[in-house]
Amino acid sequence: MTGPEVVTQRKAAVSVRGLTKTFGEGEYAVTALDAVEVDIRENEFFTLLGPSGCGKTTLLRLIAGFELPTHGVIALEGRDISALPPHRRPINTVFQSYALFPHMTVAENIGFGLRMLGKPAAEIRQTTERMLALVQLEAMAGRRTDQLSGGQQQRVALARALAPAPKVLLLDEPLAALDLKLRKNMQLELKSLQAETGITFVFVTHDQEEALTMSDRIAVMKSGRILQIGSPRDIYDRPTHRFVADFIGDINILDGTIESLDNGIASVRLKDGTAVLAQPGTATAARPGAASIAIRPENVRLAQAGETPTVSGTVENVVYFGAATNLHIRLATGEQMVIRNPGAVEEGRYRPGATIGAVLPPELIRVLE
Amino acid sequence: MSKQDDTVALAAALEHNRRRERLTRFWLLAPALLIILAISILPLGITVVYSFLTPGTYGGVTWEFSTDSYVQFLFQRDIFDDTLVFNSAYLSIFLRSIGLALGATIGALILGFPTAYFIATKPREQRNLWLFLITLPFWTNLLIRTYAMLLIIRDEGIINLVLMKSGILSSPLAILYTDTAVFIGLIYSFLPFMVLPIYASLEKIDFSLVEAGYDLYANRLKVLFHVIVPLAKPGLVAGGILVFIPALGAYITPELLGGGKKLMIGNMIAMQFGASRNWPFGSAAALILMALVVIVLLVNALATGREARGNG
Ligand SMILES: Nc1ncnc2c1ncn2[C@@H]1O[C@H](COP(=O)(O)OP(=O)(O)O)[C@@H](O)[C@H]1O
Ligand SMILES: [Mg+2]
Repeated sequence: MTGPEVVTQRKAAVSVRGLTKTFGEGEYAVTALDAVEVDIRENEFFTLLGPSGCGKTTLLRLIAGFELPTHGVIALEGRDISALPPHRRPINTVFQSYALFPHMTVAENIGFGLRMLGKPAAEIRQTTERMLALVQLEAMAGRRTDQLSGGQQQRVALARALAPAPKVLLLDEPLAALDLKLRKNMQLELKSLQAETGITFVFVTHDQEEALTMSDRIAVMKSGRILQIGSPRDIYDRPTHRFVADFIGDINILDGTIESLDNGIASVRLKDGTAVLAQPGTATAARPGAASIAIRPENVRLAQAGETPTVSGTVENVVYFGAATNLHIRLATGEQMVIRNPGAVEEGRYRPGATIGAVLPPELIRVLE
Repeated sequence: MSKQDDTVALAAALEHNRRRERLTRFWLLAPALLIILAISILPLGITVVYSFLTPGTYGGVTWEFSTDSYVQFLFQRDIFDDTLVFNSAYLSIFLRSIGLALGATIGALILGFPTAYFIATKPREQRNLWLFLITLPFWTNLLIRTYAMLLIIRDEGIINLVLMKSGILSSPLAILYTDTAVFIGLIYSFLPFMVLPIYASLEKIDFSLVEAGYDLYANRLKVLFHVIVPLAKPGLVAGGILVFIPALGAYITPELLGGGKKLMIGNMIAMQFGASRNWPFGSAAALILMALVVIVLLVNALATGREARGNG
């Protein structure tokens, strides 16, 4: 655990250090967060991604102040806010259930934060109108919230949280309750809203595609820990952990042994004796010994005539999707590998049982932790 | 068979079924209708009829139409020249009763809201125990409980004993047989009627609304008044009505704790059927009380209706 010197992070809106949260006591204790460290930068769209129960909501509630940390520090723009109650943190939340006040109109909901801050009536009215315009709900100002559709309620919740111009906006799976089409629209709207307002967004989702399309950076969580933080490209192209690689997109994972490390490039021997070069993402992954390597199906190429294949195997299945074709092959190691769009595939070119060679470009193979 | 014949036959069958269903429904409803008739409409009818009759000399009524009972509520007939003189005696009993009942309602609200809030914020498995404790007094007869209250507040009662033994007071607080005693007794008797509906509506509040309040810069007090109280309003109104109405018609509490000197409507009505031997006037007073209650309920219904429409 670090003390208040957390402060010196450059351009960090929210700094989290050694954050641990345990619910319950004794044998019933659940560790929802385990020594989490993260810096969320100013003005960025930051996403917490992970399966249900991994601690995303808990981390958000700790930042909002609804829960107090068991250990660790949360700082906002360098100031330790760990002990402040929610109403004294310039951070607002968009709740998953929206939590709109049923006894107030849309406009009253949006103005609530400013009213509680004791702002003058004229300012509250102005800001409320601006927010209504921002989320395109001018016509609904006098409505009661239960007369709105799900998408409209979502926008009111957003406007209400944005109205007091918080330093950080927390969004807990805000799109989960919307149908697919509306969700796609809201994803774009949210993204442009974030750019427009310049407010730091911390967004929670368990939908990897949503995370990839919306985020500046993503933190992938598992069982109360953050495994990897990086841009969508980092996370997709350069996963550091087997869990991350598996969780996001399709990937081929092969087992092997790291034999040597040269200039940060690992030489990995596969189970059938083939040696491949691969990039370890972390120091742990680079340790000699048993290791897993991973490559995306679209990064695997069929060997051209005269080219030495990296691995070879037998075609088991050809799966045609229209936009893409997946070739499932059984390698000599006994493991399965999927190749997406293996060059121009004429109908009937690869039949099950055919032997083929595949090229795995070393710069696209990752060694996983 | 033609298609048309089929349709006609079907319609006839449906009509037959429908008639049978209606008959079944009537027989199923009959017991309930009978009970409603017996316990609510019949006694009310008798009261209405009695209020327009003439008192019998030894109680009861003589079958002679008269509106005297209603006139008597506000006026006194001069024995010599039959002129009507305004008489505020009964009106003031009504006003006093309304005042006491209102006071008791407000008192119960002030005590009941925090109590209900306390219970609603306890862990779920503890709440039933607290609710049980709240309803525990109902297991004892109101008369007994009121006697117990009498023992507590009388000059030699526990309160005065403690105050005097500890040297805070040198002479006992004379609470018994005052309006204060009636007021305390009414709150005590009807407090659960306040706590339970408020609890019911507090318990239903989505806690994320409270969190949203805190999140939007409201401190505890502001969350209480801007979020919790408005959301609990149905419970507050229901509790208010459930305390005000029985308090307005209370009989035992003012009889015992008010010492029978400070009358409330209930005692006044009882007296007409007893010592005063004026059943028609007792009936009329009971109906006026009922009219008051109906007015309270109507005002509430109108207010809630307008609110729902206003927001709509
Ligand atoms: N108030 C609580 N009491 C006990 N356990 C909790 C509480 N809140 C969360 N947990 C536990 O902490 C873990 C993380 O939960 P959560 O943060 O809600 O996950 P996520 O939002 O990623 O689905 C889960 O195992 C959950 O059961
Ligand atoms: Mg969650």
